[in-house]
Amino acid sequence: MLLREVEYAKPGSVAEALELLAANDGARALAGGQTLVNVMKARAASPDQLVDLNGLDELRGIELAGDGTLSIGAMTTYTQIAASAEAKARPILGAVCAQIADVQVRNRGTIGGNVCSNDPTNHLPPLMVATGARMTIVGAGGEREVPAEEFFLGVYMTAVGPGELLTRITIPAGRHDGFAAVTLGIDGTCIVNAAASVNGAVRVALGCVDAVPVLVTAESPEAVADAVRAAGLNPPSDVHASSAYRAHLAGVLAERAARQAAGAS
Amino acid sequence: MDVSVTVNGTTYERDVEPRKLLIHFLRDDLDLTGSHVGCDTGNCGACSVIVDGVLVKSCMLLAVQADGASIETVEGLAEGDELTPLQQAFTEHHALQCGYCTPGMLMSATALLRENPSPSEDEIRKALQGNICRCTGYWNIVEAVKAVGK
Repeated sequence: MLLREVEYAKPGSVAEALELLAANDGARALAGGQTLVNVMKARAASPDQLVDLNGLDELRGIELAGDGTLSIGAMTTYTQIAASAEAKARPILGAVCAQIADVQVRNRGTIGGNVCSNDPTNHLPPLMVATGARMTIVGAGGEREVPAEEFFLGVYMTAVGPGELLTRITIPAGRHDGFAAVTLGIDGTCIVNAAASVNGAVRVALGCVDAVPVLVTAESPEAVADAVRAAGLNPPSDVHASSAYRAHLAGVLAERAARQAAGAS
Repeated sequence: MDVSVTVNGTTYERDVEPRKLLIHFLRDDLDLTGSHVGCDTGNCGACSVIVDGVLVKSCMLLAVQADGASIETVEGLAEGDELTPLQQAFTEHHALQCGYCTPGMLMSATALLRENPSPSEDEIRKALQGNICRCTGYWNIVEAVKAVGK
């Protein structure tokens, strides 16, 4: 398919990328391209310029601190996370990355692209909220850190503003996590998903039921389904599921993810 | 923009519009029509190629992004008339009906067998998840890959 005409730049540093993004309102960062290139084909997005982040090694890689905290570069691919020994400090990360789409998409798609596109059916936004991730954003004004709960602002919208970049994601250590989804075929697009983390109380973040992940907390996995009902979800309807069915799935999957999290060792 | 890529060992230098997808560059500019356009939406995997050792769908990569890269396509598998063991297994196991998905299937299975020379059936099916066969001839494709893996 022929895309609309677009300019292309491949910066050699984050500073240069920020300059390019700030200089042109129509510039968009190109990460793995597994979403953006497709929406450009559909003309759902028509950036004037693509700022390709694939030359920025400073945005790649996974570091494990002494206390188990993970720092993951925004351009790290799903395949790299799934294969990483360091990422096993939070095993749910690799487990979920290994169930996104297919080998080819996992080889190119990045953690930063997944959260910044913030498609409500994506796997990682709820997972970031449940695990208490913190997102580092840089721009002309310097660097700031935003908790995942405040990062997702709307469909396709995040706290990353014009002229800014997400550079890395910091995730605390933990093993008591779970993830459950009903998808279109194995590893396909999520109809509803739920990520859970148990640390005393249970945190469950639900995807596909609203513009941004919905965080629900409960005292125990047994109390999660009631907590989801009390949240009064009003999910969208589409060809794959009605609103009522999505709301039902949300309760079932939240409990499933919470039980997995509580049982994880 | 000037782009220099090495495809199956041959280096090509071309002037390319940034909006051109890698699959169209391979097919239209380099006349390497073995890689197919199936869905054009990133779902079917018929356009799968290996870029710097990594399996990708070439309809979700711009040609300019491949500047400096070494690309392997289905044309690069056989040595003259000598098929690779995987290609031979595809013929012996009748692993194609219409053949449209075959180039992508071969590239995905080639990438799998490099990483995992003896994959289980589950591993083969997981590795071929990104490749759709609309004739639904998956059974024989999996049999062919299994035969090479033994």
